[in-house]
Amino acid sequence: MTVTAAGRRSYLDHNASSPLRPSVRGAMAEALDLIGNPSSVHADGRAVRRAVDEARRQVARLAGVSAAEVLFTAGGTEANNLALRGFAGRRLIVSAVEHESVLAAAPAAARIPVDRNGVVDADALDRLLAAGDGPALVSVMLVNNETGVIQPVAEVARIARAHGAIVHCDAVQGAGRVPLDRAALGVDLLSLSAHKLGGPAGCGALVVAEGCHIEPLIRGGGQERWRRAGTENIVGIVGFGAAAAAALDDRTGPDLTALRDDLERRALAAVPLARVMGAGAARAGNVACLALPGVAGETQVMALDLAGVSVSAGAACSSGKVRPSHVLEAMGESADVAGAAIRVSLGWNTTAADIDRFLAAWTAMARRLVPSVAAV
Amino acid sequence: MSDIGLNSLGFPKAPQDTRVVVAMSGGVDSSVTAALLREEGYDVVGITLQLYDHGLAVQRPGTCCAGQDIYDARQVADRIGIPHYVLDYESRFGQEVIEDFADTYLRGETPIPCVRCNQTVKFRDLLSTARDLGAEALATGHYVRRVMGAGGPELHRGADPGRDQSYFLFATTREQLDFLRFPLGGLPKSETRALAERFGLAVADKPDSQDICFVPNGSYADLVAKLRPGGVEPGDIVHLDGRVLGRHDGIIHYTVGQRKGLGIGGQKGDGGEPLYVIRLDAATCRVIVGPREALGRRRVLVRDMNWIGPALAADEGLPVSVKLRSAQPAAAAAVRLGTGGAAEVVLDQPHYGIAPGQACVVYQGDRMLGGGWITGTQTE
Repeated sequence: MTVTAAGRRSYLDHNASSPLRPSVRGAMAEALDLIGNPSSVHADGRAVRRAVDEARRQVARLAGVSAAEVLFTAGGTEANNLALRGFAGRRLIVSAVEHESVLAAAPAAARIPVDRNGVVDADALDRLLAAGDGPALVSVMLVNNETGVIQPVAEVARIARAHGAIVHCDAVQGAGRVPLDRAALGVDLLSLSAHKLGGPAGCGALVVAEGCHIEPLIRGGGQERWRRAGTENIVGIVGFGAAAAAALDDRTGPDLTALRDDLERRALAAVPLARVMGAGAARAGNVACLALPGVAGETQVMALDLAGVSVSAGAACSSGKVRPSHVLEAMGESADVAGAAIRVSLGWNTTAADIDRFLAAWTAMARRLVPSVAAV
Repeated sequence: MSDIGLNSLGFPKAPQDTRVVVAMSGGVDSSVTAALLREEGYDVVGITLQLYDHGLAVQRPGTCCAGQDIYDARQVADRIGIPHYVLDYESRFGQEVIEDFADTYLRGETPIPCVRCNQTVKFRDLLSTARDLGAEALATGHYVRRVMGAGGPELHRGADPGRDQSYFLFATTREQLDFLRFPLGGLPKSETRALAERFGLAVADKPDSQDICFVPNGSYADLVAKLRPGGVEPGDIVHLDGRVLGRHDGIIHYTVGQRKGLGIGGQKGDGGEPLYVIRLDAATCRVIVGPREALGRRRVLVRDMNWIGPALAADEGLPVSVKLRSAQPAAAAAVRLGTGGAAEVVLDQPHYGIAPGQACVVYQGDRMLGGGWITGTQTE
């Protein structure tokens, strides 16, 4: 639980952005004093380059790759754009539940449907690949940002490779939460983001397998092996490295799966008409996507916020307004249910007290707004 | 029980225990409303409605979904330290307000979308959300007064006659009025601006909105033509005596009582008198013109009458004053309530230029008793 000037609040929106870990803050504070440009020849420049290279190794370890494969970007969105737009001439196939940064970067892409639990249909992918001509690029996320559902990326990659496709995996919500190994997944490209791990916002990476040639989006310098021009975001990258290291070494952290399961069990016991989205699929342990039919998700988010609990609904645009979830709609949920879901996402500093606080606020809200619940 | 007085919103508890949602448009009025309530210590929650795609409205698709007004509202909320939310009401605003706007024009009537907006998205949907958030009241920046009378809350004109907005709130029901609060109703606009300065709000100098919000360039006809392709048809301009005087590009360009811009080259009637739009005939696409005397009407037929005044017997005529256009003064009349929301208003003196589609709003003194949509008129 965090204490702010406004009183105690519980932050349960780690999939939007996870609070900065203390170890990351320390590493970034030190990096603020570094002098120079990593591209410079002099000793100062070399010292900065060392810090960036160390962070690159830390991020590489998180993804099970070599440091040379890590290309730093200004976040997961840029990494996804770079992946989807970096292979001119390939037809694009993406899952229906991808993040907006994939869908918008590939507006003409074919969409792989998902089942009721939100898991991509591998047979449908096979058919899409067989039906088209020319080399393809397939993009399927590791963990869905709204439901936490884990996608069968290794199977997707096996099918895609059999058709000669390049495979991209948006692992932004998976890194640090489920095992991650590029080679084991069999993908060519992996997107990562620092602030979902307790690192700073504005820093991410695209892992590009050696031998995979990608066209840069940003030109004007030789940084990142000519694949992403511009002086590196040194402090952000150092923070990213520290966050990656901390995420790998989370044995001392809370058992998020146990907390999440407890949350869902108690929520459904108190409000039997509520539903957990994607409950039938393997899921990352830190996400509960709860639908309260009859109550708009945005109303729930506001009511919970006023009660001191931060969660989210759907995907918010920069104005803070909420659109219906394309993920839940792709899962075949009616607009009523898709519009009535909230996402509760846990992270490195979540405690049992946060879960209690959420449940107290959420059940009180449900009793107030759903007449049939009040009677229970 | 200890003796607890009522707070300024009429609740028997401390302001900090009273949650009130403020509908914040990003303009100076609703901003000051929020700031005043915050200063009094209320648990204020600001909500701004995203009603239409700002980028589309200004013909620049791809600009952010949020216009300047949403940004302004958020700035004010940050400044005064209240939680603020943006609700996406685009689809319902489109259905309830913009579609109705187009249909009303095509019927040969002159719509008032602000009334539809208050009636639907604001006082029905936003009000319901405010209740869901545990609020005791929904406050807006309208210049009207809510006065407690013997029979419950009454809606009165704003104290500043130049700012009174009661005409646009005629469709407010008793149940809605019970939940609504209008903290600015007693203030002149100049004081609102002074308060905005005192609160340090960036919107203190923001100009009042003039146009209909979703038609910022003022071109209603273009919007209607876009929404209803083929619906805007040219036709004849016909004198009451049957003579065809010219052509027009669509009846939506005209309103009853209009004299200027008829596009018939300054033609006059037989006696050299100027010509006015007497009637718009949607079925035949005709604009009927004639001399001013032909506009005179004493009887106004009204539908969807929302009556929040004293109970009236079926055939009882009540002496009242009525406003038939927002910018016109009220005129003496008698109102009679019919069945199914119908009502009939008989004016003491003939009125010139009553346009179907506009509202007929009924007053007794400063109190607004109700109102409805004008469907037709009769000379006597």
